[in-house]
Amino acid sequence: MDKIMEEKKRNEAYAKYVQAKIPKTKAWPSLFNSFLVGGIICCIGQGINDLILLWFPNMAEQSAWAYTLIVLIFIASFLTGIGVYDKIGKFAGGGSIVPITGFSNSITSPALEFKHEGVIYGICVKMFTIAGPVIVVGVVASFLVGVVYLFI
Amino acid sequence: MYYLWVFLIGGFICMLGQVLIIYTNITSARILVTFVIIGVLLQAFGIFDPISEFARAGINVPIIGFGASLAKGAISGAQSKGLLGAFTGGLEATAGGIAAAIFFAFVFSLIFKSKTKS
Repeated sequence: MDKIMEEKKRNEAYAKYVQAKIPKTKAWPSLFNSFLVGGIICCIGQGINDLILLWFPNMAEQSAWAYTLIVLIFIASFLTGIGVYDKIGKFAGGGSIVPITGFSNSITSPALEFKHEGVIYGICVKMFTIAGPVIVVGVVASFLVGVVYLFI
Repeated sequence: MYYLWVFLIGGFICMLGQVLIIYTNITSARILVTFVIIGVLLQAFGIFDPISEFARAGINVPIIGFGASLAKGAISGAQSKGLLGAFTGGLEATAGGIAAAIFFAFVFSLIFKSKTKS
């Protein structure tokens, strides 16, 4: 009985210690940074979209958006490769995660990190540690929405 | 002038993500999943397109746009091809982005070395 109590006490003390050690992000500056960087990334996306429509005026709007996202994904993947995106991420927090560039980063980053475990078990498997759940949830939710629309 | 809207709305959505990080210590996978679901729901209730009209990249570039186009594909698939369309539509609409993300991640992870280990 004493042993259990002791263990409980120790766990509580450890939880307190962990709480104290977690780096506290200052709320206001980080909110501002995420707003700024997120807004800039969206503006870059808008710029790419405008350029595509300028060069290919006949392109359908949806294809133009698809190309825009692909260009952004390319840029983010490259920046992750050369290690710049992580630096942006440290500064911007949510501003670098929420845009589609964050999705791209979440695929490239673990692939790069686990490269040493081999191409199949390193790159190909670890690629989906974050993107996997995103795709699974997205597909399941959108299928359910599609089914609902079958009946209305 | 619409760049101002793009900046304000895009920035605001990203700031919501940061709010989640600060107050719930949420991981980035959960943030992405949350915003994808928000996008699916916005599209399901037909709210996404009116916002997209003036927000443009401000809502299409955040991962909400990814969720919305998943749902949009599934809805239009269901309406044109029935149940099969509900299965195929979502991934069909987003295949470009997913394939690009996988392809570039594969190529760049072969080319570059991890910076965190050095």
